[in-house]
Amino acid sequence: MPTRTTLALAVAAGLTWSAGAQAQETVKIGVILPYSGPFADAANQLDAGIKLYMQQNGDMVAGKKVEIVRKDTGGPAPDVAKRLAQELVVRDGVDIIAGFALTPEALGAADVATQAKKLMVVMNAATSVVTEKSPYIVRTSVTIPQVNYAFGKWAFEKGGVKQAYTLVADYGPGHDAEKSFAKGFTEAGGTVVGADKTPVANPDFSAFVQRVKDANPEAVYIFVPGGGQPAAIGKALSERGLTPPATKIFGQGELTHPEALESMGENARGIITTFHYTLEREDPLNNAFVEAYRGANNGRSPDLFSIGGYDGMHLIYEALEKTKGDASGDALVEAAKGMSWDSPRGPISIDPETRDIVQNVYIREVQEVGGKLQNVIIDTIENVKDPLHGASN
Amino acid sequence: MADPTTDRSGVHAWIRRQGRWSAFEIAFWIAVFVPFFFFPTYLTLASQIAIAALFALSVDLILGYAGIITLGHAMFFGLGAYAAGLLTKTGWGEPLSGLLLSGLFVALVGFVVSFVIVRVQHLAQLMITLGLGLLTLELANAMSWLTGGTDGLQGVSVWPIFGTFDYDLWGYTAYSYTLAVLFVAVLVARRIVHSSFGLSLRGIRENLNRMPAIGAPYQRRLQVIYTISAGMAGVAGALLTQTTSQVALDVLSFQRSADVVVMLILGGTGRLYGGIIGAIIFMVARDQLAGINPQYWYFWIGILLMIVVLVMPKGILGFLAQLWERVRR
Amino acid sequence: MTGNLLIVLFDGFAFGMLLFVLSVGLSVTLGLMNFVNLAHGAFGMLGGYLALVVTREAGLSFFLALPAAFLGAAAVGIACERTLFRRLYRSGELNQVLFTVGLVFVATAIATFAFGTGQQPIQIPDVLRGSVEIGGLRLGIYRIFLILVALAVTAALVFGLEFTRFGAKVRAAVDNQRVAQGLGIDVDTIFAITFALGCGLAGLGGALAIEIVGLDPTFAFHYLIYVLIVVAVGGLGSIGGSFLAAALLGIGDVAGKYFVPELGSFLIYLLMVGVLFWRPLGLFGKR
Repeated sequence: MPTRTTLALAVAAGLTWSAGAQAQETVKIGVILPYSGPFADAANQLDAGIKLYMQQNGDMVAGKKVEIVRKDTGGPAPDVAKRLAQELVVRDGVDIIAGFALTPEALGAADVATQAKKLMVVMNAATSVVTEKSPYIVRTSVTIPQVNYAFGKWAFEKGGVKQAYTLVADYGPGHDAEKSFAKGFTEAGGTVVGADKTPVANPDFSAFVQRVKDANPEAVYIFVPGGGQPAAIGKALSERGLTPPATKIFGQGELTHPEALESMGENARGIITTFHYTLEREDPLNNAFVEAYRGANNGRSPDLFSIGGYDGMHLIYEALEKTKGDASGDALVEAAKGMSWDSPRGPISIDPETRDIVQNVYIREVQEVGGKLQNVIIDTIENVKDPLHGASN
Repeated sequence: MADPTTDRSGVHAWIRRQGRWSAFEIAFWIAVFVPFFFFPTYLTLASQIAIAALFALSVDLILGYAGIITLGHAMFFGLGAYAAGLLTKTGWGEPLSGLLLSGLFVALVGFVVSFVIVRVQHLAQLMITLGLGLLTLELANAMSWLTGGTDGLQGVSVWPIFGTFDYDLWGYTAYSYTLAVLFVAVLVARRIVHSSFGLSLRGIRENLNRMPAIGAPYQRRLQVIYTISAGMAGVAGALLTQTTSQVALDVLSFQRSADVVVMLILGGTGRLYGGIIGAIIFMVARDQLAGINPQYWYFWIGILLMIVVLVMPKGILGFLAQLWERVRR
Repeated sequence: MTGNLLIVLFDGFAFGMLLFVLSVGLSVTLGLMNFVNLAHGAFGMLGGYLALVVTREAGLSFFLALPAAFLGAAAVGIACERTLFRRLYRSGELNQVLFTVGLVFVATAIATFAFGTGQQPIQIPDVLRGSVEIGGLRLGIYRIFLILVALAVTAALVFGLEFTRFGAKVRAAVDNQRVAQGLGIDVDTIFAITFALGCGLAGLGGALAIEIVGLDPTFAFHYLIYVLIVVAVGGLGSIGGSFLAAALLGIGDVAGKYFVPELGSFLIYLLMVGVLFWRPLGLFGKR
């Protein structure tokens, strides 16, 4: 169609104009995150991860200088994310777009990556379908089914639990978590005795926790958004007497993040969680990472967002080295496929077919270590891939 | 000398004079073409400003002219956005008819809601609009099988406009499209406002209880303007879906309802172009400030809002109008 | 089964009491001064962070942090009222909305800058932790504490309004400001003191809320909606109205989620729309 060609030519002309306008010696990375709004904390932690990597590894790769352009979506705002991605390509002439703390924003910007043929590094968004949206997307964070499906299986086989009640927040990630956990759990032989959904912005958990208590299950599986809710639900559960070992409490790692542990106090003892990043993991690479992070961030500990950003930068740096500085989308994506390295979280790699991350899943329990309650790794499931890619949902 | 109370031609002449195109308006509509030539990398932002301006205009019709306070108008914006998105998923991706159909659908919803709205005033009205907006958001989240939930509606594909203009990376098509729709909407709004119907709305805003006394029952008029406003907001939402090929729950958020009211008050209510100017200033300020400081830009926006209220109590347009009056004298 | 129901009602009532302490200030100032203070949630947030500073930095007890939060928020409230808000009394609701929204943006940014975006846990004294068995029911001690504080606040407010001269002047000013001024009542000072009281109570509510719902810079906007609902449903200028509305909303929300969890958040909003449609002035509002 003639008009398509004209437009393609216009796009190409515009891109060459903007690309030519920038110095040949820099690689620009556009980082799109919800720096303001309800997810500001996630964005800040992710950004700190990026900064730390650059601080430790310098800003020169393959003879080129790395520059970061930061854009705020005020998230969750997929239309803004898409516009920012377009502007980063067209106005700032970036070579790579990265960040994406939220799935809708990643999905929104995917089209731009495809149209402009730029590498898109998803450093947090955790829904399976994200990497399928564009052949230029590579993910360095985690997918919810990845950690929860394996967890469901583990709960039955090694956790010694035959029936469980699921209590999740009523939004995308919550639904994903419930589905994957239940799938893994029931496929291994367990039964789900009840499933409730809590409103996303939920100030009070008493009603839901009471319902769980009424059903008196062996275990309860929880998924709530990070922030204030993990501590709130942990306290609500223990207020009702739903504590281990009488009732096992399962959840995803956010449930026992440092501030939640501090707030829950004794109530957190015995909670078992699944996650891809454990702060307290005894490993020289991790210890060095945590120490450096705390030093650079006023004592604040790193979390999943930080490691997603950190490893995302590693991916970009290593890919650029492999392509010897060629920052075109196709070259970088090819270089990223199959890449593997040792990250502070453990050994990770990028699946060459799905471009998604493959990593260890850690099962942790909150135990007392040196007078403090923290997450202790009690099991490791190695090299877990996202179970949903290619399968119909 | 003709008796002014019975001479209707005098009143109509006055209305017609009010409705003439002022120099400012003509200048404005020439200025909107500037981004095409001088800021070609800002076209996508410009198209989203045009959409926000259309949304603000729809709120001005009820807030500025009829005195209905609303903190939940994103309900109609969002319904329009989802309607347009879902329509393309049924296979019909033609944008202009999709826009009209979405607008009509939302106007219908607005008509139903108007029965509740016109029976309450002040805080109750504000809170009911807020409550309905939040309810719609919850409903959309609950019906994720239809709306795609938090992840948004996937697979929205809109056909090129007139079969030829596709949506390019730079935003030429998006801005032209949204600008054209905004222009038509302003024409419609002008017709409404500069008419005896428009005058009666202002009467309702000034003194609700006196209107029936002069033979202008207010409920039906309020319902009419509310329905039109809802339809216009729906069209704005549909435009967003069509130019970005996606819809997600944030189109129904309280944030969006609050932002549009802020834009309108900033620009000045009851002046037709107040919402448009407010949208331009708010969104450009936000974009530039966020570019400089992504983490704390809203501090400066807060300061901006506070200063505008203290220095320009009638909004920016009101302030400019006062300046203009002083200069003319 | 009734045991379960009673516990659920108790928890809902406690949450409602938290909302009451947060909202009663706005109800009074909105009813008294017709000043739309959407920054009310920001005063709550301020109280929360003050309590945090007192317990963490100064190492003082939580029981001292509560009055500190109250006084701190009240002081900032008076400062804002004297310098900024009094210029807006005649500016109309829309301008007040815009100004106070701007103030919330500024407050949120300052909170983010000073404390960061993360969650701020607070250390409550051990005596308030855990639960106690009363009449066969396991009740949370902190929630009992919340209810007691809220009842004390209600008692103090009602006593103050009904049995003191100052209270009589406030009631007069609420009923008819112009006539009250005509009678020589210094409405200006009354405004200032009442506004300070309202902000102080918001601060107290914010400090109390940390243990239940957490604290971060989004508190100001997030809880604004709940506060507005309580104020609208209860009726402007009515303490009894706020109390009843808050209790109803707390209990209704929790009971709804217990019996019909699929309804989730719907119930609060439906309740609000329903009540306001039936009684637009709120349950006990006068205008």
